[in-house]
Amino acid sequence: MHTKTNIILAGVGGQGILTIAAILDTAALDNHLNVKQSEVHGMSQRGGAVQSHVRISDQPIYSDLIPQGKADIIISVEPMELLRYLPYLKKDGYLITDSNPFENINNYPELETLYNEIKSHKNHILIDAMKIAKDLGNSKATNVVLLGAASSLIPLSDESFQKAIATLFERKGERIVAKNLEAYFKGREIAAEIVS
Amino acid sequence: MKKLLLGNEALAQGAIDAGLSGVYAYPGTPSTEITEYIQKSKIAQELNIHSAWSVNEKTAMEAALGMSYAGKKSMVVMKHVGLNVAADVFMNMSVSGINGGLVVVVADDPSMHSSQNEQDSRYYGKFAMIPILEPSNQQECYDITKYAFELSENLGLPVLIRLVTRLSHSRAGVATGERIVQNNIHLPKIATQFQLIPMHARGRYQHLVDLQPDMLEISENSDFNTFYDGANKSIGIIASGIAYNYLMENFEDGKCPYPVLKISQYPLPKEPIKQLFDTCEKILILEDGYPFIEEAISDFLGENRKVIGRLSGDIPRVGELNPDNIANALGFDIVINDNLPKVVLGRPPQLCVGCGHNDLFNAINALKNESASQQVFGDIGCSALGVLSPYESINTLIEMGSSITMAKGAADAGIHPAIAVIGDSTFTHSGMTGLLDAIIENTPITVIISDNSAIAMTGAQDSAASGRLISICIGLGIEEDHLKIITPLHKNLQENIDIIREEINYKGVSVVIAQRPCVQLPKEKKDKLKEYTNVSIN
Repeated sequence: MHTKTNIILAGVGGQGILTIAAILDTAALDNHLNVKQSEVHGMSQRGGAVQSHVRISDQPIYSDLIPQGKADIIISVEPMELLRYLPYLKKDGYLITDSNPFENINNYPELETLYNEIKSHKNHILIDAMKIAKDLGNSKATNVVLLGAASSLIPLSDESFQKAIATLFERKGERIVAKNLEAYFKGREIAAEIVS
Repeated sequence: MKKLLLGNEALAQGAIDAGLSGVYAYPGTPSTEITEYIQKSKIAQELNIHSAWSVNEKTAMEAALGMSYAGKKSMVVMKHVGLNVAADVFMNMSVSGINGGLVVVVADDPSMHSSQNEQDSRYYGKFAMIPILEPSNQQECYDITKYAFELSENLGLPVLIRLVTRLSHSRAGVATGERIVQNNIHLPKIATQFQLIPMHARGRYQHLVDLQPDMLEISENSDFNTFYDGANKSIGIIASGIAYNYLMENFEDGKCPYPVLKISQYPLPKEPIKQLFDTCEKILILEDGYPFIEEAISDFLGENRKVIGRLSGDIPRVGELNPDNIANALGFDIVINDNLPKVVLGRPPQLCVGCGHNDLFNAINALKNESASQQVFGDIGCSALGVLSPYESINTLIEMGSSITMAKGAADAGIHPAIAVIGDSTFTHSGMTGLLDAIIENTPITVIISDNSAIAMTGAQDSAASGRLISICIGLGIEEDHLKIITPLHKNLQENIDIIREEINYKGVSVVIAQRPCVQLPKEKKDKLKEYTNVSIN
């Protein structure tokens, strides 16, 4: 059985989806897997819609872009941005998102309509990751909570995720590493409750 | 251990390991990270590799040529439209040739993610009659760059490397190799090589023409052009650069049943293309950008069409390739789904919260209410976002520097008020000469330099204009009475409207510098800028 996972990360420029990408990349390399990860630089980074395609496999990876209908998981730090990449989701793929909107457009849709659309998909994890992160004392760790929530669906070991988080936040000191690990654990725990 | 690098970073590391002595560049998406990688590289610092930003792509390329003249290896990096700015030196240095290895790196932007067109730089390479290299993945970005310097020195010609956004901005593991030592200074062996007066230029051009068969032979034997035979001859496929990846994505375990010619080096290798023509029923061309290969090998009238691709409509004529539109062309049963739930709305880029451009546009819009004939000529950079809602302040946006000169032409035609809005870095890149045109004729235009002291859109790099704008404008000949400094803040709105109105009413050229640092700048840089902004006009 081959290991092969396609993940789309979604958000608005400046929301930090590349941190999630970097943790995934680092954990995958630690597992001696191949990685390809595309990202968006330039104009869209100024408050526009941004996404990153992360592909992890034990086989050679050709395309930098995930084909439509081939994403196993979409992780979004914003509920409307989650739905922007639906054509890429596999039939039985997972949607994981923070419930807090980033309202920088004036006709932002009704939240209930958004949530109903998300809930119409069987496999979804819709959580208030921002509140979870805040309660843990680090609102910046919203993205790591979401990664934690997705982690058990990704064929990388729990240990390798922890190691990658420790490596990536090392520069910022022990306290920040600990806070992000807590965020990761909490996300993982909440997702386990929802999925079971 | 492989390093996880962006295509841009892999290319930069390849250049360092090829013995680079200097990189010259102006920031531009998707090329920016190449130069930034070298700027941040410890080994590049130890080796004293030049990496400071240039004022524009033309000055960058000329400096790279100067370093090559001195015998050292140099690289010049830009986005596709930057090559238009540098086209003069680009076309002429292919005639002069080079001394130290010189590699021109151009990152194209198919689908115009951050650009105003999707021009394909391969045409420039062909136009200049020099070799073109087009890596397909991150490892090739590294390998091809090392090879490009070797090829450049062997042929005595500049070599063009063409990237596309998706390769520039995607990471993968890259294995790096030995680093080659930098060249010492050694001047050209032929004294007349760089003296392109007609009598010498004719000889150099003949030499360039004479090199073409050698270039073809090198390309036909290149490891970067690979022919993979396949049993099913109903289609033969030519895939260039990144298109090869999208093609292979469509086959389990990378087993394509059709013959495939992967192209990463030009001129186009004739032998394997002929082999495809002789053995296959149809030839499918997969190339990101314009139909460059397809045009070159199609029959002119298209009556005996054996070649299919973007021109035949099998691949969309515009926009970037992806695994899905290639699957379609291969006849796979897939439906490309662009339908999103109605609840998903567009989210265009916008100015940051606290951006000074915002307050400037509010002032310009207030003046628009006073004078319906007002036309505002915009320019490239963050200030271009003034085109979009909620501002809709800007009427035109074409290319770097065009705000001032288009305002001048419109004023010559009788438009009043004619206002140009240009960022500080765009002004030093391409606006200064246009301002001189307006000064010479004292054309009634109002030039607003929205000075955030950064090349903001590409990541707040240092602007060549910082601390120099006032002296540049005065030096060009702006009358001091018509050079105004304003601070675009909400509390100054009425005062700013009054100042701009006064300059609009002046029947000559005036400059208003709207100074407020980019919010993306780190605090140390903002503090340093205070030294500049405290300088008064007199």
